[in-house]
Parts: sequence; structure tokens; C-alpha cells
Amino acid sequence: MINKLWIFLIITGSIYLISSGNFNVLNREILNSGKVTFDLIIQIFPLISLWLGIMNIAKESGLLSKLSRKIEPFLIRLFPEIPKGHEAFGYISSNIIANIFGLGNAATPFGIKAMKSLQNLNGEKDVASRSMITFLVMNTCGFTLIPTTIISLRMLHNSDRPSSIILPCIIVSFFSLLFGLMIDRLWAKK
Amino acid sequence: MTDLFIPLIVFLIIIYGYLKKINVYDSFVVGASEGFSIVKGMFPSLLAMILAVNIFKNSGVIDFLFNFLKPLFLFLKIPFEVLPIAIMRPLSGSFGLALLNNIYGIYGPDSFISILSSVIQGSSDTTIYIITLYFGSVGIKKIKYALWVGLLADLFMVIMSLIVVPILF
Repeated sequence: MINKLWIFLIITGSIYLISSGNFNVLNREILNSGKVTFDLIIQIFPLISLWLGIMNIAKESGLLSKLSRKIEPFLIRLFPEIPKGHEAFGYISSNIIANIFGLGNAATPFGIKAMKSLQNLNGEKDVASRSMITFLVMNTCGFTLIPTTIISLRMLHNSDRPSSIILPCIIVSFFSLLFGLMIDRLWAKK
Repeated sequence: MTDLFIPLIVFLIIIYGYLKKINVYDSFVVGASEGFSIVKGMFPSLLAMILAVNIFKNSGVIDFLFNFLKPLFLFLKIPFEVLPIAIMRPLSGSFGLALLNNIYGIYGPDSFISILSSVIQGSSDTTIYIITLYFGSVGIKKIKYALWVGLLADLFMVIMSLIVVPILF
């Protein structure tokens, strides 16, 4: 699937650029993508390390498992494959909490740790497990209470009510999360 | 308010660890040392996706598609300015923000078009990026139906925005 998407993006973009004579744009994008990726990785690397460090304190002190015991009853329905009390619940809960409060930077390392522990439970190491897909759907739906970046952009443009988008965002992302989880369930059963 | 969350969380976790009598410094260093291997694992798949997304979004093919879809949007009475944001939302977060910035500048941040665009941008996440990053970090190659579910939910999100925003504003 990623394979087809990749081909589609490259082919459509390239054909359009070549047919409109913009060889230099194509050339620039190909050569630039390495630098763009490297810059992104360089920006994300210290943040990931920082949160992994903080998270390890939370894990070793028992805070993470305490937290996950509170949320586990809700998650167990969504992730029937994960054994009760497994550390994956701790990471998934932390990821959800960070996302809800609009802390994207913190959510990513929690999410990666969650994926690692789901991978330990996974039988086929190169095939996505059902729990992984459910977990990713929860993330891609982007349910959040505070869309921080957009609010700051609105303040920058001197909006009268920068936070007026919070309520519609909560309603819309909540329903798309429900929808996502529903079709994920249906698809998994197929 | 959100500026306070991060310091508060960091502070609470460290204090909690200290009270539980673990060596918080060692614990932090051990955790942080995992960062490099995670980032190293992400790099190839992220590079592949950024290459494809950048060629696509800077090619101008989106503008080309607009001219086809414009009559349909006019017919449905949907402001077609929101289309680029809706299409690019799953592909690139920063591209959407740049478009949003542009729309705020033209129509003002409190106009209907701006609110609608903000809600589309704010009610979802960068599906393709998340899928690439998370599956890449653990070396999953076959992602099964994950992308379909993500993209269908994104489409549903756009439709919901078109319904909810006119009701509220």
C-alpha cells in the first residue's frame, strides 16, 4: 500500500513537472529531500532522547504502570490482543494523554515505545499486527483538546477569538476518531 | 496554559522518581541513550516519504487538479480554498500551516473560510507521516489496511467539518 502511494506521488509529480518543462524544480526536490529529512531528524533527535529519558524515570518509578492501570479498562476493549498488565498499555496511555493535551513532541517517543512493545507481541515481525493498526488509527485521527499550533497562528494574525476553533475541532476529531476505530474494527474482522 | 504543561510533567515525573528512591539521573541517561537507535531506524523510510511528498506538493499538480474540481465545489457551495488544505492534510503538516497562514492573510482569521480551514487542519494529524514514522521505527513492511483506515477517517473528518462549522458559525 505504501509502495503504491509512493509510486503515485512520484510519478504524478514528475510527469506534471516534466510536461510543464520544470526540470529544475524536479531536480531541486530530488536533491533537497535528503537535506530536508536530515534537518527534520536533527530537530527531532534531541527531543526524542529527552522524552525517552523522562519516560524511563516514569517507568522505573512505577508511575507509568500506575497510570496505565487507570486507563487499561478502557483500552482493553480496543486492544484485545495485548495481555492484561502488559507495559504496552502504559506507553499507549502516555501517548494518548500527550496527544490530548496537544503535546505532539512528547507524544511521538511514547508512540514509538508503544510500537516497540507491540512489536514484541507480534508474531510476524514485518507484518503490522491488529493492535498496531488500531493504535496508529488513534494517532492519525489526531484527537486533541487544544490545537496549540493553530491557536498561536490565529493569535499571530490578531484574531478576535483565537480559541473559537477549539470546540468544532473537538467535535470533528472526536467523531472522526470514532469513525476510524469503527472501520478499523470492521476491517480487522474481514 | 499549554506552556505550563511540559515543565509541570517533567517536574512531577522527576519528583515522583526521587520520592520512590530510584536514581533519577541514571534512569534518565539510560532512557535517553535509546534515542539514537530509534532515530537511525526512522531515517530511511522518512527519507523515502519526504522525497515523494515534496515532488508531489511542489509540482503544481494540485493547482491543476483544482481547475477540474472547481465546478463541483461551486455546485456544492463549498469554498474551494479549503481543498488544498484538505488534500495536503494527511501528507504534510507544515504545508497545511503555510496554506492556513495564507488564507488568514487574505480573508482574516475570523472569516468563515479561515475557521473552516482551521478546523480541517486542527482535527486530524499527518496520517502518512505518522504511518511512515511509526511502522518504520519497528521495521514493519506490510502495513495491511492501516493506510486505508487512516485516509478514510481523514475524508470523514473533512465531511464532518463541512457539516459542523456551518452549524456553529
